[in-house]
Amino acid sequence: MMGAVADVAVPFERFYGQHADEVLGYLRRLLGQRAEDAWQETFLRALRAYGRLEHGRHLRAWVFTIATNVAMDELRAAGRLVPAEEVDGDPVEVGRPVYAQLEHLTDELPPKERAAVVLRYGYDLPYDEIGAALGSSEEAARAAASSGVRRLRRRLPATASGRAAHARAAVGAVGPEPHDRHDA
Amino acid sequence: MLTPELDARFRAAALAEGLVDVRYDVADSPVGPLFLAATARGLCRISYRFDGQEDELARSFGLRVLRVPLDDVRRELDEYFEGRRRAFDLRLDLRVAPFHEAVLHELARVPYGRTATYGSLAAKVGRPRAARAVGTVMNRNPIPIVLPCHRVVGANGSLTGYAGGLHVKRALLELEGAILPA
Repeated sequence: MMGAVADVAVPFERFYGQHADEVLGYLRRLLGQRAEDAWQETFLRALRAYGRLEHGRHLRAWVFTIATNVAMDELRAAGRLVPAEEVDGDPVEVGRPVYAQLEHLTDELPPKERAAVVLRYGYDLPYDEIGAALGSSEEAARAAASSGVRRLRRRLPATASGRAAHARAAVGAVGPEPHDRHDA
Repeated sequence: MLTPELDARFRAAALAEGLVDVRYDVADSPVGPLFLAATARGLCRISYRFDGQEDELARSFGLRVLRVPLDDVRRELDEYFEGRRRAFDLRLDLRVAPFHEAVLHELARVPYGRTATYGSLAAKVGRPRAARAVGTVMNRNPIPIVLPCHRVVGANGSLTGYAGGLHVKRALLELEGAILPA
């Protein structure tokens, strides 16, 4: 599924069968209960464009890009696309076991960081494709994912020790802040 | 996981928005499962085979291939197999070469419960020596059953061949009363 292998002319039904479930899972991570309408809109947008798609495009990254756009539109309309200040530090990469511990906390990340973290660690997309999905550069995507992981790690100890309520309070303190974002 | 309801809602919305080049469905029948496909213009395929069909539809009609129920086709086929329907009222989307089209047009006029020979169809399209070419047209008939190539037999009455197998051809002719059950 992954990699730079170009997709040849794939009938839509097959493309849909391969990606419908994972895109729904991704949108649930970004939008929760509102994921279903966004999921349908994602595949309708894909179908509208499908007949004139340049084949040779990597269809998996392409549909995640559409899903991300739909989700960001939805969050923007709901007033929830609040820019967040990046959590600075050295670039962070985590392995899957660590992500599995952090995954349940991604709901509390700012949307773009959440998308970057979920696409990187939940769906194994490379940073250039995450950048394309977010409408930003590969470097910005890497920075967003790193910042997201740092933010998650700050919350982990409290939760891991069973003090979930305190963790949630702490999240409020470091959560989305109304500052301009410089990398978007 | 995607629920059946959400999946069905998407497929219906895609169709309602006119985004589908060709849709397909699978129908059960007494002669086995049938692959059905239709464009906005009409029914374009019935097949006894399933492998490679999505790709073939994409090449012939466009990449926007989607499985969507073809209720009207299924209903008419059900009525036919129950012996309650002798002619189909379905619009067809035939995209074939002119000779094929002429032969299939004549084929469509062979009545329920009767048979014709390859030679007689050839004569009807003005090519009396082209019985073998008519055989090729039957062999490539994109919409069997509805375009009744099962009613075309050899000059000596032998069933010759059929895409679904000779046992299916025999079953359809028995259903129509064209031949007696073996």
